[in-house]
Amino acid sequence: MRKYTPKDNVQAKAYYTDRFWVAPRVPRQAVEDEHFKAVVEALGERVKEAYVEINNLVLHIDATQNYAVLETLKDTCGYKICSEISAVDYLAKEGEFEIFYQMLNLDKAKRVRVVCRLKKGLAIESVVPLFKSANFAEREMYDMFGIKANNHPFLKRILMPDDWEGHPLLKTYPLQGDEFASWYEVDKIFGKEYRDIIGPENRDPARIDRYDTKRFSRVGYEVPFDADISSGETKTPIEYSTTFLTDYNTGTKQLDKRK
Amino acid sequence: MQVTNKLTPFFENLNFERDDNTMVINFGPQHPSAHGQLRLVLELDGELVTKAYPDIGYLHRGIEKMAENMTYNEFLPTTDRLDYIASTSNNYAYALAVEKLIGLEVPRRAQVIRTMLLELNRIISHLFFLATHALDVGAMSVFLYAFREREFAMDLMEDYCGARLTHSAVRIGGVPLDLPKGWLENLTIYLDKLPQNIKMYEDLLTENRIWKMRLEDVGTLSPEDAMSWGCSGVMLRGSGIPYDIRKEEPYELYGELDFDIPISQSCDSLGRYKLYMEEMRQSKRILEQLIEMYPQTEQKLMAHAPQYISAPKEEIMTQNYALMQHFVLVTQGMRPPKGEVYVPTESPKGELGFYIKSEGEPYAYRLKCRAPSFYHTGLLQEILVGTYIADVVTIIGSTNIVFGEVDR
Repeated sequence: MRKYTPKDNVQAKAYYTDRFWVAPRVPRQAVEDEHFKAVVEALGERVKEAYVEINNLVLHIDATQNYAVLETLKDTCGYKICSEISAVDYLAKEGEFEIFYQMLNLDKAKRVRVVCRLKKGLAIESVVPLFKSANFAEREMYDMFGIKANNHPFLKRILMPDDWEGHPLLKTYPLQGDEFASWYEVDKIFGKEYRDIIGPENRDPARIDRYDTKRFSRVGYEVPFDADISSGETKTPIEYSTTFLTDYNTGTKQLDKRK
Repeated sequence: MQVTNKLTPFFENLNFERDDNTMVINFGPQHPSAHGQLRLVLELDGELVTKAYPDIGYLHRGIEKMAENMTYNEFLPTTDRLDYIASTSNNYAYALAVEKLIGLEVPRRAQVIRTMLLELNRIISHLFFLATHALDVGAMSVFLYAFREREFAMDLMEDYCGARLTHSAVRIGGVPLDLPKGWLENLTIYLDKLPQNIKMYEDLLTENRIWKMRLEDVGTLSPEDAMSWGCSGVMLRGSGIPYDIRKEEPYELYGELDFDIPISQSCDSLGRYKLYMEEMRQSKRILEQLIEMYPQTEQKLMAHAPQYISAPKEEIMTQNYALMQHFVLVTQGMRPPKGEVYVPTESPKGELGFYIKSEGEPYAYRLKCRAPSFYHTGLLQEILVGTYIADVVTIIGSTNIVFGEVDR
């Protein structure tokens, strides 16, 4: 049987993978360090799985216990800094997010990553009362993945505009942006009624139409402005922003409509 | 109520007079002292800031999204655009994370060159901090002097890799080039002159009455707050916490090098400024040790790992198998093993770490860039409250935030 690939992941994928190729795994070591052992012991039954992966102690916990676990880590184990909070999107494969908290103990110079899984549509408890750094980090997580944090003092988009739709780091969100993104600035600057005149924003800066004689010069021979060089071949349907492409020579006064 | 149309747009949060005598003003995003694209909404009571709300995202380019759609080597030049003042630190932090993921041993000469570039970059970044910070506070001449020194350091960078700002001089697995002829001599000349210059800046600033008035007890940050807000780098050491990742979790050659970690107990902007000056001296010390280390190393520059790293150019041109490997690596990209890694490094701004989740594909499944400036920007909403509006610029300058890194 062919391998099942999630169809709602629109990110770049390897175009060829050897059928016998099996990806190796980064070795996971058992917890042997004295300090890490004490940490696992202090957390007791709340730890579902614990191992050391590349100098970090990784603790898998239940998503509902994140606050209690981080509180124990902070108060008992000396993990005073929460250096990073973010998520990984596993919605396509497993229907859940993986949320990680990257913790740092300054005295011992040790790092712990607390990992939990959160089902789609559920919210996680905010850890802002414990670590103020979570304020921005959880806002970013909400902005990028749409994961809400309960009891966050000011849960609002942070990097994207407030009226943006969609969460850009989801695997279902295309790199070049979606339909909403292509109209966002047009609607904002000119208004919806100018959609027909301006057209959607070209969000791929590397897009080139090989028959375009308006914007690109021909190498080797000269062609008059806007000449048709396709010799009968159908044009690639690319919608340009026509705002600055109004051909003043031929006298179509598109811009005048705006006055 | 504002009447808005296309010609008179809606001014967000601009509400000049309110019943309670407070004023809400909008600082940036096009303010020269905003260090890029920071928009601050400040609520003022007289000249006192009663509420501050940093609004970021004006330079958001989706670098983490791009990382998921690029092979590992393709993504490396993109990291230049994070902290564009010190791009080698970004390149290095990313390369180190990938190397840890695949378990690579980097040749010693490459390590020496990388550490040299990192420290030279630290000097460049600190000089830039000093120049802009002094300019924000009002010292124009320091800006000019510091930029002069920075130019010479960037010339050295240019001699090595051809670029002045976006270096991409570090590769996953080593460095692409050996040091050019005479580079170490030039570096020695530069380092010999550096202490006099640092002394000149200090003569101009440290005991300067205006400078002290503007910086002393401004932007005080208690150690507890520094930890809670996730501060790192100079912001953390400026609050009396002696934590430098180079010392505590040594990477590259920092374990073998002899240098001190200056800390300041004063918790204010003046203390942080002094730390920056001292760190430049320490970087000079490190560089001098590295210059001595360099001749004792062998000529190899890239790690030998045919599965992940292309062979040297001579081998590619002469051996068939090396060419095949190279072709596969260029067209498909390397496939690190499944797993996740978080590697912190001490960039000039603080703890710069890359979290990479690999699913064994040529594209990272998730890449998170832990940028120090992002958390230092978050800190602004608390540290600015209770200060005067004239100090806002000092505090922003003192946090040394760079917006390429905040917005990513």
